Amino acid sequence: MDTDQANKQTSLALILAIAGILVAAGAGVGVFLLAHSAGLNLLVLALALVAGGLAFAATYLAGKAKESVLPGQAGRQSADLAAVLGWLGVIAAGWSLLYRLALMAPDTEVQTLLGLGEVVQTLLLIVAGAAAISGLTYLILGVIFKSRHALPFTLLAPAIVGLCLLVVYPMGYEVRLAFSNMSLRHFKDPTYALAEGWQNFKEVFTEPVLKQVHFFPLFLRTVLWTAVQVPFHVLGGLLLALLLNRPMKLRGLYRALLVIPWALPPIVAILAWRGEFHYEYGFLNIMLRGLGLAAVQWKSNPTANFIAMNIVNIWLGIPFMMVILLGGLQSIPGELYEAAEIDGATWGQQFRKITWPLLQPVLTPAIILGVIWTFNNFNVPFFINENELESSDILVTALFRAAFQYNQYGFAAAFAFVIFFILLGFSIFYINTTGALRGVTESAPATRRRRFSLRLGGSKGGSEK
Amino acid sequence: MSELPVRGFFKRSRGDSPFARILIHLALILACVITVYPALRVISVSLRPGDRLLSTDLAIIPPDATLGNYVAVLTGAFPSFLWNSLIITVSTAVFGVILAATSAYAFSRWKFPGRGPGLVFLLATQMIPAAMLTVPIYILAVRLGLFDSYRGLVLAYSVSSIPFSIWILKGYYDTIPVDLEEAAMIDGASRITAFVKVILPLSTPALAIVFLFNFMTAWNDYLLARIMLQKEALQTWTIGLTRMQGQFQTQWGQFAAASVIVSIPVMALFLYSSKWLISGLTLGSVKG
Repeated sequence: MDTDQANKQTSLALILAIAGILVAAGAGVGVFLLAHSAGLNLLVLALALVAGGLAFAATYLAGKAKESVLPGQAGRQSADLAAVLGWLGVIAAGWSLLYRLALMAPDTEVQTLLGLGEVVQTLLLIVAGAAAISGLTYLILGVIFKSRHALPFTLLAPAIVGLCLLVVYPMGYEVRLAFSNMSLRHFKDPTYALAEGWQNFKEVFTEPVLKQVHFFPLFLRTVLWTAVQVPFHVLGGLLLALLLNRPMKLRGLYRALLVIPWALPPIVAILAWRGEFHYEYGFLNIMLRGLGLAAVQWKSNPTANFIAMNIVNIWLGIPFMMVILLGGLQSIPGELYEAAEIDGATWGQQFRKITWPLLQPVLTPAIILGVIWTFNNFNVPFFINENELESSDILVTALFRAAFQYNQYGFAAAFAFVIFFILLGFSIFYINTTGALRGVTESAPATRRRRFSLRLGGSKGGSEK
Repeated sequence: MSELPVRGFFKRSRGDSPFARILIHLALILACVITVYPALRVISVSLRPGDRLLSTDLAIIPPDATLGNYVAVLTGAFPSFLWNSLIITVSTAVFGVILAATSAYAFSRWKFPGRGPGLVFLLATQMIPAAMLTVPIYILAVRLGLFDSYRGLVLAYSVSSIPFSIWILKGYYDTIPVDLEEAAMIDGASRITAFVKVILPLSTPALAIVFLFNFMTAWNDYLLARIMLQKEALQTWTIGLTRMQGQFQTQWGQFAAASVIVSIPVMALFLYSSKWLISGLTLGSVKG
């Protein structure tokens, strides 16, 4: 195909794309404006349909045009632009169509489609906001200040703003709450004072956090919970990863079955397990009785309930570690083992001298994350503890109850900071001892190339099919 | 799968004696039974007819299996919960991946002021107990009028998994040699074009994993949804499901059927992306 024709197609595609977007935008505006009027429905629908058709034609033509233009030529970029604009048009038209249809539907159940409208509106707002933030950053840093850091900050800006909205600002608010007496009684007229904060932090350690249980038993239970869980996850995951890390029959099937606890929605898994802790009909008790042992009161006996929590979370947590460690094992070069074998090393020596040390880069961050996630695990202790035994609460579930069942917002905020600083302290200590993040702050792009070309070979070993 | 170069501790496949091989298979089968059995029990309960829900029978497929529970769930209020979850989840997951993909690229390829502290900050956000931010987010949502609407939830989910996603993606980008982009840029591509056309296609495994995690975070979330949504018409399936298993009366059959239904999309997504699961999760590159 010759270039002239391609260029013609490209310009046609561009025109069509712009037309499609304009019509789609018209339909969209029409949907907004006419949202509550009875008439003109058909007009808006027709408009949206035409817009969608135009936009789709635009993407089709753009695709055709692209086939005939060599990469790097001017026409190529316009074709790309036309394709993107075209797809945006299709999406906009489709959305206005759906929204209008939902508005027209007399059936209240179909009105749930309106939820889609709300979600899409919100998303469009977020996308527009993100684009505006990026553009503004680039304008300020790149055009006005001519900073050489303009591009990375442009890329980062939306995420930074988002995290400020969702994390930094609420954290600041939480600090303020911790220094207030905010509770259900004082929801509208809280007093903020240093003395209130002092009172809150003092109460965390001196008064019962819930009805009876104090801070230190809760803390010790949380530590025990973490100290039981993480070794089980790591050792279980390591064992399975070692078993799976070989060419063998049914390997894919085993792996697929073994990740099921991770793949199941946690709420489903936990509620299903909670059902299985039923005294009469749960399979654990049925099996215990079958073995001639006494059935256990999983839900009302404090010790048994704590054990139940642990069983569920071990079951849930092993697959993640298995997958992470399998990845780590596959990135260890096989030549090391061959060399070790030639030197007559036993497999115990190979494990101690090769596998374990070379797994550390994978293991250390995995353990940090494992500890943090277990320490902060909310769902398992919260749901398995169906009878709300205070003896099964760990710090975070106690925090949730203090906030939302006892409505002590100020106190809960202070309590939350205590938990956060415990974790932060642990992580800093662990990172300093193991040097897990040593590379993070100092690695410059220049030093990276060599190191990572090595690693690319490693990660290729895992990308299998 | 047999031709892939598996290395590691037990790499000598032909070196394993038949006895060792049988032991390994036995151990793996035992592990599979332990992981699968509780899930199978749910399916089993969902197939039981209404009058035999509570039974001490351990058979997986009950002799009088019926799909009645599924019909009951799908004609009741549950599809509305599912629909709510689905639209929120898919849209926020897509958006979260886009945000994380660009930010991670900045962290991977440039040295700029605040880079190190930024990465440490992202890790520190993981230490915030989820229940900690619920109080201020709840109060803020009430005051900003985001309570009981999708807006607050969509905003929150889009951002909430960004820190973890950035870590994963940065680790993966780090494994891609800079030379590739430089070559593209010599051919006249801009930095952004090089990123979109060279780096993103090469990062498919990591992007798939990040999408999966984003999807799972939003799809499985209970805490935020419970706090932000009070109207039943807006609530997501996690709330609907926990309500089905009430403290005093549980409709076991319907609960199990609903559980199976909500698990299907996630399991399908998970199995589909499992071929990328191991290569995409390069936690080890954290060191670089």
